[in-house]
Amino acid sequence: MAVTDLRRQPNLVQAIGERIIQIILLVAASISVLTTAGIVFSLLSETIAFFNEVSIVEFLTETEWTPLFATKKFGIWPLASATFLTSAIAMLVAVPLGLIAAIFLSEFASDRIRRTVKPLLEILAGIPTVVYGYFALTFLTPLLRGFIPELSIFNSLSAGIVMGVMLIPFVASLSEDALSAVPNSLREAAYGLGSTRFEVATLVVTPAAISGIVASIVLAFSRAVGETMIVAIAAGQNPRLTLDPTVPVMTMTSYIVQVSLGDTPYGTIEYYTLYAVGFTLFIFTFVLNIFSYWMVRKFREVYD
Amino acid sequence: MVMHDIARDNPNAIEARNMSVYYGSFRAVKSVSLAIEKNRITALIGPSGCGKSTVLRSFNRMNDLVPSARVEGEVLFHGENIYAPGVDPVNVRRRIGMVFQKPNPFPKSIYENVAYGPRINGWKLSKRQMDELVERSLRGAALWDEVKDKLNQNGLSLSGGQQQRLCIARALAVEPEVILMDEPCSALDPISTLKIEELMFELRKNYTIIIVTHNMQQASRASDYTAFFLMDSDRAGQLIEYGPTAQIFQNPKDERTEQYISGRFG
Ligand SMILES: Nc1ncnc2c1ncn2[C@@H]1O[C@H](COP(=O)(O)OP(=O)(O)O)[C@@H](O)[C@H]1O
Ligand SMILES: [Mg+2]
Repeated sequence: MAVTDLRRQPNLVQAIGERIIQIILLVAASISVLTTAGIVFSLLSETIAFFNEVSIVEFLTETEWTPLFATKKFGIWPLASATFLTSAIAMLVAVPLGLIAAIFLSEFASDRIRRTVKPLLEILAGIPTVVYGYFALTFLTPLLRGFIPELSIFNSLSAGIVMGVMLIPFVASLSEDALSAVPNSLREAAYGLGSTRFEVATLVVTPAAISGIVASIVLAFSRAVGETMIVAIAAGQNPRLTLDPTVPVMTMTSYIVQVSLGDTPYGTIEYYTLYAVGFTLFIFTFVLNIFSYWMVRKFREVYD
Repeated sequence: MVMHDIARDNPNAIEARNMSVYYGSFRAVKSVSLAIEKNRITALIGPSGCGKSTVLRSFNRMNDLVPSARVEGEVLFHGENIYAPGVDPVNVRRRIGMVFQKPNPFPKSIYENVAYGPRINGWKLSKRQMDELVERSLRGAALWDEVKDKLNQNGLSLSGGQQQRLCIARALAVEPEVILMDEPCSALDPISTLKIEELMFELRKNYTIIIVTHNMQQASRASDYTAFFLMDSDRAGQLIEYGPTAQIFQNPKDERTEQYISGRFG
């Protein structure tokens, strides 16, 4: 065969087709980038408007949040602490249970069980959060009050627990991906030294998958921070600076819901608080995502 | 598992008797009988797919990890069948170690790679005793001088040849009696290969080594005994000839051995 036969034959139709596909892809990519930039920009401009009227110092040092009262105070901590508290409770539930489920699925379950349970988990992750919210309010809280009589109707404990349950499949599924990505050669090495199955799972495979596991935990935490319906329904509407899980509190997302549901006139300070809180939330999750990205990079093991 | 030396002067480390191995209904290895002498290097050779790895992995029950695998016949270790009911494969593998084709250090520090085996074995060692064991194992694998200043570095940061010697050190640390090596040099350059071969000669003073190799030169220069395998018409691997390496290579009794060896040497 002559060398020239290997050259690409000019084909106008094909060339134009490829060009069009390239353009479509470029437009699609630009739309998503531009949308994100637009969101950040609008968030930022309204937040700046807020901070023209309220000082950043007050926002960060004041311990009360009363923008809808006569004496307005704008301290973010009551909302931030509630967000942190409910998320922390959720993580206490989701991380251990999600990890155990992941390790079981990846290292102990037979292929058949894995193939049935994994899709099931993903369905569980698709239940609307409003369902979880009412589950917390009408089922878990009454149940918990049997053990903790002083528990308020609205509290961060049951909201946090149910949010944790919601996140179990999330942690389990992502961590399972990380565990099953560990090359089999490592398992063989461990078995070859006389490891039991349990030792292989806990001492070799889990540490080798740690970057993916941590990433799944951080992502779950960032979802807990941004979760809205469960806390709005079950955790209460009372901004207060506390780490007591039995009393009503108000998370940043609950506040946004509360104000958005009322008819807050455009341009008022109440209106701008929405953006200030939203922006704080955005910073929170942004930092978490950066952190998880950094963890993955730092601890990713290179297998050739 | 209780393992008593039935005969203290039993010259064999491992003995397979009529061993057949199946993957599902496929018989990969057919009635192999093979006695491996202690403190010697035994090479398993033969064309690819003839069941060398399968035979090797049957010697420490690594095939248990393949759900479809099944072993018939007996494999005697200290006179006891390792496939007898009640035998714990975990205990078998603690005494019959393995080094794999591709170096597979754990993504842990060099030190932790070596210390892993003694730790899971529940050996109660002081920090100093563990340090000594790690050093002894790394020296045993001829790696100590290259890594003594960076024991806390990740094992994966070493070169391929060093990684393979780290895996050998890791296997030595649990003080096994037998070390199974499945083409340990196939992913290495010639210089690293030579180092590992020299190392094997050192190791055979204290250990019994069984090595699978597709490299005829390696088998002929680095082993004491050679076992030659070939597939029959059903693709089941069979032991064709087994004897001292010099005899197998210079004076094979079976025509097929002769053909295989001369074919390889050109
Ligand atoms: N895990 C497995 N499942 C099914 N068949 C296998 C498996 N491992 C090996 N085999 C088959 O067993 C035969 C022997 O393989 P192997 O022992 O790897 O040969 P060798 O090491 O001599 O190249 C081959 O036909 C191979 O396809
Ligand atoms: Mg092989």
